[in-house]
Amino acid sequence: MELNRRKFTNMLIGGGLLGWLASVLYPLFTYLIPPRVEEQSLNSVKAGKVDDFPPNSGKIIKFGRKPVLLIRTETGDFRAFSATCTHLDCIVQYREDTKHIWCACHNGMFDLTGKNIAGPPPRPLMPYGVRVQKNEIIIEKPTNLG
Amino acid sequence: MKSNMVKKVYNWLDERYDLTPLIEFARHKKVPVHEHTIWYYMGGVTLFLFLIQIFTGILLSMYYQPGPDSSYESLRFLLTKVRFGWLIRSIHSWSANLMIFFAFVHMFSTFFTRAYKKPRELTWVTGFILLSLSMAFGFSGYLLPWNELAFFATKVGTEIVGAVPVVGPIIMKVLRGGSDVTGATIYRFYAIHITLLPALFMLVLALHLVFVQKHGMSEPEHLANLPESRKKYIPFFPNFLLRDLILWLIVFDILVFLAVYYPWELGLKADPFAPAPAGIRPEWYFMFMFQTLKLLPGHILFIEGEVLGILIFMVGGLLWMLVPFWALKGRPDQRIQPMEFIGVVVLIYIGVMTILGYAL
Repeated sequence: MELNRRKFTNMLIGGGLLGWLASVLYPLFTYLIPPRVEEQSLNSVKAGKVDDFPPNSGKIIKFGRKPVLLIRTETGDFRAFSATCTHLDCIVQYREDTKHIWCACHNGMFDLTGKNIAGPPPRPLMPYGVRVQKNEIIIEKPTNLG
Repeated sequence: MKSNMVKKVYNWLDERYDLTPLIEFARHKKVPVHEHTIWYYMGGVTLFLFLIQIFTGILLSMYYQPGPDSSYESLRFLLTKVRFGWLIRSIHSWSANLMIFFAFVHMFSTFFTRAYKKPRELTWVTGFILLSLSMAFGFSGYLLPWNELAFFATKVGTEIVGAVPVVGPIIMKVLRGGSDVTGATIYRFYAIHITLLPALFMLVLALHLVFVQKHGMSEPEHLANLPESRKKYIPFFPNFLLRDLILWLIVFDILVFLAVYYPWELGLKADPFAPAPAGIRPEWYFMFMFQTLKLLPGHILFIEGEVLGILIFMVGGLLWMLVPFWALKGRPDQRIQPMEFIGVVVLIYIGVMTILGYAL
C-alpha cells in the first residue's frame, strides 16, 4: 500500500482521535463500576440459643451481608445453607408443611441436604457448618470457600 | 385588533424562520379513512400517556427521597400527609401501565397491518426501541418505592441481566452498584429513571415522530392500490387532531377513574434478609418472560435453563425489531399470510404465558 502524505496525516489524526476517545470513555466506564468494598472476613456468627429454634422450623440469619437459612429438622438436627436461590438470586425459606426448602419466586425446591429437587434451580444451595457450643448455635463458613 | 397583533407576531417569526412551508405542510396533511383507521390513534394515546408520566414524575420528584432509609418513608409521607399525593402517585403508576399497554397495541396493530414495510422500516425500529425503553422505565421505577415486591423483582431482573454470557456480570454490577441489590441500586435506578431514560426516550421519540411526519400515515395494501378518486381522507388539522383530543380525554377519564378507585398500594418495606414472599410476580408486561423462566428446567442439554431462556428472548427481541428486513412474503391467494401467522403465534404465546403466570 502506498503511503502518501495525505494518508499518513489521516492515519495520524484518526489514531489520535481514537486515543482521545479512549481516554474520555475509559474513566467514564470505570466510574460506573462500583469499587470493591472491603468486607470484614467473617468465619462464624452466633445464631442464638438452641431453645429459640423449635424442631421443624427455619430462620434467616445474617452472615455478614449474606443471608443464611438455619433449619432445625424434625429430629432436632441443625443445618445451614446459603439462603440465596441458585436460580435467580431470590431468598429461599423453610416450608414446615412440605419439610423442604422453597423459593417463592419461581417455585424452586431443595431437600434438607440443599440439593435442588424441583423447579428451575440449576445447582444445590451452598452448605454452611453448624456447631452447638454451650447451648449456643454457631454458623460457620465452610472451609472450602476460603 | 387582536388578530392584527397575532398577524404581526406571525409575520415577525415568518420573516426570520420561514414558517410558511411548515404551515403549508400542516394544511395538506391528511389521514386515510378506512376500516382500520382506529389503529392510527394508538400511537397518539401512548404519547399522551407519556406526557402524563413526565408531568406526574416531576411532581413526585418534589417529595421522593431516594435511599434505603428514605425511599419507602418519603412515599409513605407522600401518600398519607401530602394533599393529593396518593392521587399523583396512583396516576403515575396507572399511566405507566396503560402507556405500555397502548404501546403494545400500537406495535401489534402496526405489525398486523404491515405498516412496517418499505419505506417505514426505521419507524418500526425506533418504535420498538421506544417500547423497550418504556419497559426499562417500568423496571427501574418499580424499585423506587423500595418495597418487598420491588426488591425481589429487581433481584431477579438484574440477575437475569447477569446471566447474559460475557458482558452480563459486569452490566449487572453496574446496574446494582455492587454485587447485591442495596441502597446503591436505588440511587442508580433513580438516576436512570429520571435522567438517562427520559433523555434517550425524547431523542428516539423525536426521530420516530419525524419519520411518521415524513411518510404520513401508512395505508393498508388494498387501499393503497385503489385509484385516488375512490379513497377517502380527512384533514389532520383540525379533524383528526380533534378526534385525537377526544380520545385523549376519554383515556384521561379512565386513568383518573382507575387511580381513584383502585389506588396503587405501597406494600411492605423491603427487607434484604427476609425470604421472598409467596405469590411474588413482576409487572404484567414482564409476566410472559417470568413464567417461561419458571417453567424451564434447571438444565437443558449442556446449558442452564435460565441462560437458554434469556438467550432465546434476546434473539427473539432482536428478530422482532428487525421484522421489516426479513418479513416473509406469502402468495396473494394464501388465506393466512406467514407474517400474520407468526404474529398470532407470538400473541398467543404472550397471552397464554401471562394467564398461566397469574393462575399458577
